Parts: sequence; structure tokens; C-alpha cells
Amino acid sequence: MSTSEIFPAFVNRKSFIELDGRARAQSLFDEGTAKELVGPFDRVESPWLAIQGVTPQADDGCIVIKGKIGGLSAVVVSLEGAFQGGSIGEVSGAKMTAALDLATKDSEAGKKTAAVLLLETGGVRLQEANLGLAAIAEVISSILALRQHAPVITVVAGTVGCFGGMSLAAGVSSYVVMTKEARLGLNGPEVIEQESGIDEFDASDRALIWAIHGGEQRVGMGEADALVEDDADKIASAIRGYVQAGPPSEHRSEQVKLYRDRIAALDTSKQIDPISLRQKWNGNDTTGGAR
Amino acid sequence: MEQIEFDYPAAKRRITKKAYVGVVGSGDMEVLMEPAGGDGAHVSITTSVNGFQDSWKAVFDRFFSKFDGAVKIQINDAGATPGSVLLRLEQAVEVIEQ
Amino acid sequence: MSERVGLRGRAWFQTLTGKNKPLTGDPGSVLVSNNLLGNETSLFLCVVPNPESRFPCVRDGQVGLEEAYTLATRVREAIAEDRDKPKAEKRPIIAIVDVKSQAYGRREETAGIFLAAATAADAYASARMAGHPVISLVAGHAFSGGFLTHGYQANRILAFDDAGIVIHAMHKEAAARITRRSVAELERLGHEIAPMSYDVKDYAKLGLLYKLLHVENPLQPTASEVETVKQSLMEAIQDARAGSTDLGNRLESDAAKQTRKASIAVRALLEAQWQNA
Repeated sequence: MSTSEIFPAFVNRKSFIELDGRARAQSLFDEGTAKELVGPFDRVESPWLAIQGVTPQADDGCIVIKGKIGGLSAVVVSLEGAFQGGSIGEVSGAKMTAALDLATKDSEAGKKTAAVLLLETGGVRLQEANLGLAAIAEVISSILALRQHAPVITVVAGTVGCFGGMSLAAGVSSYVVMTKEARLGLNGPEVIEQESGIDEFDASDRALIWAIHGGEQRVGMGEADALVEDDADKIASAIRGYVQAGPPSEHRSEQVKLYRDRIAALDTSKQIDPISLRQKWNGNDTTGGAR
Repeated sequence: MEQIEFDYPAAKRRITKKAYVGVVGSGDMEVLMEPAGGDGAHVSITTSVNGFQDSWKAVFDRFFSKFDGAVKIQINDAGATPGSVLLRLEQAVEVIEQ
Repeated sequence: MSERVGLRGRAWFQTLTGKNKPLTGDPGSVLVSNNLLGNETSLFLCVVPNPESRFPCVRDGQVGLEEAYTLATRVREAIAEDRDKPKAEKRPIIAIVDVKSQAYGRREETAGIFLAAATAADAYASARMAGHPVISLVAGHAFSGGFLTHGYQANRILAFDDAGIVIHAMHKEAAARITRRSVAELERLGHEIAPMSYDVKDYAKLGLLYKLLHVENPLQPTASEVETVKQSLMEAIQDARAGSTDLGNRLESDAAKQTRKASIAVRALLEAQWQNA
């Protein structure tokens, strides 16, 4: 009797979400090609946390690994959601920007190098406030420079999700891969409830949160490209496909007229029902949005 | 936040590998373990929870009663319990003894 | 600070362009105009409060869906119109910044404000990369996602230097709550830790600014103050044209070399290891 007869498929599946930030990044590379850069033993920590009584981490929660994906050059930058909520500080932000810039430099010199961003983050690290925000502006700029030459693929797997300024990084990416367990948005529910009141957003309403920010909805609306099961092999394979495809002819964040017209057509006299909006915008299932 | 240092001069066995495990998340910590330059082991801890020097000492005394590698250990801690500290140390040892 | 967010932005848009009305088809919250600055036509953009907005969560000067898509549309128009011009003739783009924040609303999240904001950041950065000098003039508040959407992709950032200027990732009350500190504690900390500060003079220490400007009363500038600001904008335009089209200059100032030492060190180390990987 084979194992598949005894156990359902999910028992044999290797969860991606359960991997830490480093293992996630490593799992995407062709065997034996991955090399970590500015790793924990280089000890480039945040210079701002310890002076505020917060323990730093030796890699600042940002893992950079270079290697081959599907035979092509790529760099993966992975945020560790368990350290400070994956927030962007001076060092983690600079690592991401520098990796993107080096990939751009190589691509311009003829060695196309794709970037994969594994984003588990609430956005700016508040202990580094203005340097975190500035770092995010630079990350966005560097994604835009690279995607002219090679694809920038953002993966939001969960469970932290991708919020705050880093949601713009997802927005300017060439492709966005999500799981059902992932969420993507500018403002998290708690922030909205705090700023605009519980009538605007009840942050305890889990169904509402997933209906708005969840991977199924984002892909269904065409605001992300692929909904992939939480399975390390399937996620790696989706990424490989996008690395090989190269950048799209037109990026989502260049399609201003399409989205501006959609916003103009919204009835804003009441809250918008996520499901009907999904049907209106895409009329599609969750197998991939039109770009 | 507190800095704590310990020396274990008796731990002299030569080590060649490095190990990195854990994460500085709530109730957890990261361990950087690598060959020490000279003889003996050295431990350096940065912890967000003050006043537990004795507990740390007890954990490392116990750890070095069984382990004799000349390692340099750096720990960044966000409130790991003694049990999880030992677990993380054992994971690191598993990597360097591979 | 009892002054309402957005008044300064509107005042400076009006001062620099002589206009005060949105373009046909644009929401009341976005002012756009092509106007002479010196002898060169420049595109001016500003987000202002619109109490009548059909989106309730942007009425106090936040940047929402319509604001972001309008900025993206107008900036992209300028890029398209100047496409065939040589770099030195691509029109300057001036973002006048006085924004409370991004919109914190359910309608906005449902309709994907993250993508709207991304299109605006994309448009500004694309203009910069195409050779347009993109200049931000921070005339009041520049908060968080609002600033990322409108202004933070500029080649050069100028700001006034008075207490009415606040550039930050989060407003004080929210930052205090999340970092479990009192507002007073947060203010004290800001003076010790430059990136935490709400004071624009501390922000200047980060090395991200091209120039701080002083105007006695930014709501009612004198003719000579307006002239000085215009001169500074023109200098920034020339400086941008002479420099690279990326944001590398933000790490090159003396202040950046001090405060952003870690950023510079990370870049150097990563580059050294990249070659051998």
C-alpha cells in the first residue's frame, strides 16, 4: 500500500508557510546554487534597536540569497516575519535595495538577474520610523529600475501578510504570487479601526478581513497573479515559471486608465461588497487575473 | 536590555563549523555558534529581559557539562524560556557536529 | 499645531501656479497645472482636502484611490508628451506635499488602494528615470503612505523648516500606542534618535533633503520669500538634471554619511560578496 492510499495528499505536502524566512528562500533555488550574502555571521545589525532597549537580530530579519532558479540568475530577498513583524528598518531595507540594484547592474551588463521578494511584513519598523519609510521609497524605486530588464516577483505566503508601505512594493512588482493564507493591503484592519472607527472596519470580523485582503480575493480581482497552495514545490514551480517568462509587456502599476475608470464607476454611497466587486472587475475565478 | 558574558575555559575540543539557528521573536532567540579563536568557549548574550543572569548561568553550566567544543556563542534573546534556550543550543550543536 | 493639514499645500500651489481649481475630470482633491517656473514650463501637482469627496476617508487631505490614480494619470501624461524630447528638455515635475496620510478606509482597501498608491509612485519614479527632474516641496505634512504615493520618489526634496512641517511614518498618537510609549516619551526620544523625530530639523540629519527653506509664515509668504523658493526649486531642477536618475544621491550627503552609515556599509558589503557569489 502506498502512502498516498493511507494519507490524504496534504500530509505529504511540504508547507511553505511553516518554513522560516531563510528556509523559504533556500527552497526556491536549483540544487547547490544558493549562496547567502551578508548573512548573520556578518553581523550587520540595526544600529537603532539596541539604543531603544530592543534586541536586534544578526541579519536584521532580511535574508539575501543569490543563485539560479530554473537555470537563470536570480536573487531572493526574504523577510523574516517572526522578527519585529518583518518590519523594514534601515538595514533590512538597505539589503533589499542593494540586492535589487546589483541585479539591475548585472542585467544591464547582459546577465539578466531576476529578483524574488518574499514579503511578510507590516511595513515600516516604527523604532526606525523615518529611515524605514525612506528605505521603502528606495525599495520601490529599485524594483522599478530592475523590472525594465528582469522580472521582480513578489510572494506573499502568510501568515504575517504584506501591509503598509511594502504593499506598494508588491504593487509595482512584475508578478505577485499569493496563498489563501496570505493577505495584502495598504492598511491592516486594526489600523483602520483605530484611525476611522469600528463602524468603518471591525477588526475582529475575520470573514470581512479575508474577504477584502485575502489571497483568493486579490488574485480573483486581478490585483495579484497566481493563487498557489501552501506547498513549497508548487510555490517554487510558480516562481520558476515567472522567472523564465521574463517581465510582462505592461506592468499592472502602469495600467492607470483601467483602474482609474474602475474607481470612477464605484458606488461609494455605501461600503463595497468584496465578492461583487471581484465579479465586476474580473468576472473570473481565482486561477489568475487579467493584466 | 542586558548584556551577559560567560567563559568556559575547559571546553577545548576543536570545532570547524558554524551554526545559526532561531529567531529573535517573542519567547525565542537566535544563536550564532562558531569556532572560538583560542582555547575555551565564550558566551555573549544580549537579552531584552533584565535580571535573569543566574538562570542563564545555570543553563550554560548545564550545557557545558555535556558539551566540550571550543565555540564562540552569541545569543540575541527576546525572552526565551530556559527550556527553549537549551533546545536552540542543541539544534546548533547538531549542525556543527554534522 | 491647530492649523489644518492641506491649507499650506493649497496656498503654495496657488502661489506658484496662480490656479486653484482641479482640471476637468479630476477630483476636487488634486490640483494640477502646467506653469512657467523661470522660463521653463513645469508640471505642478498637489493633493488638498476635499470635504465633499465621495470617499469619506479622504476628506481631511488624505491620499486615497482617486487622488493616487489622478496623480499617476497626470504625471504619465507629461511623460508621454515629452517622450521624444531630449533629456535636458523634459519638463520638471513639482510635487507640493501637504498630506495627512493615506486614506484609512474600508472602501479603499476593498478596491485595492495599495495598487493605486503603487501606480502613483510608479509614475513619479518612471518620470524621474526618463529624465524629468522630479522635485518635492514639503510645505506641511508628509505622512507615511501619503508621502510614498505623492513626493517620495523625487530626485530632490525641499522642505520648509518651521514647526508646521512634519515628515513621518506615523502620527504621534498611533506611534506611541504601538511602541507602548507616551507621546511625551516619544518626543524626548525623537531628539536623541533622529529617525524617530517629528522635528524637520532632525529629519534633515538623515541626509534625505536637498535643502531646508525658511518662510516666516508659509500661509502668507512675502513676494521675496516666494522668489527665494522659486530660485531654490530651479536650482534643485538643475542639480537633478546634472545628477543620476536614481535615488543614489540620498546616500551621498554629509548628513547621510553620518546617520545612514549602516545603509552605506550594507551596500558595500553586499556588493563585495555579490561578485564572488
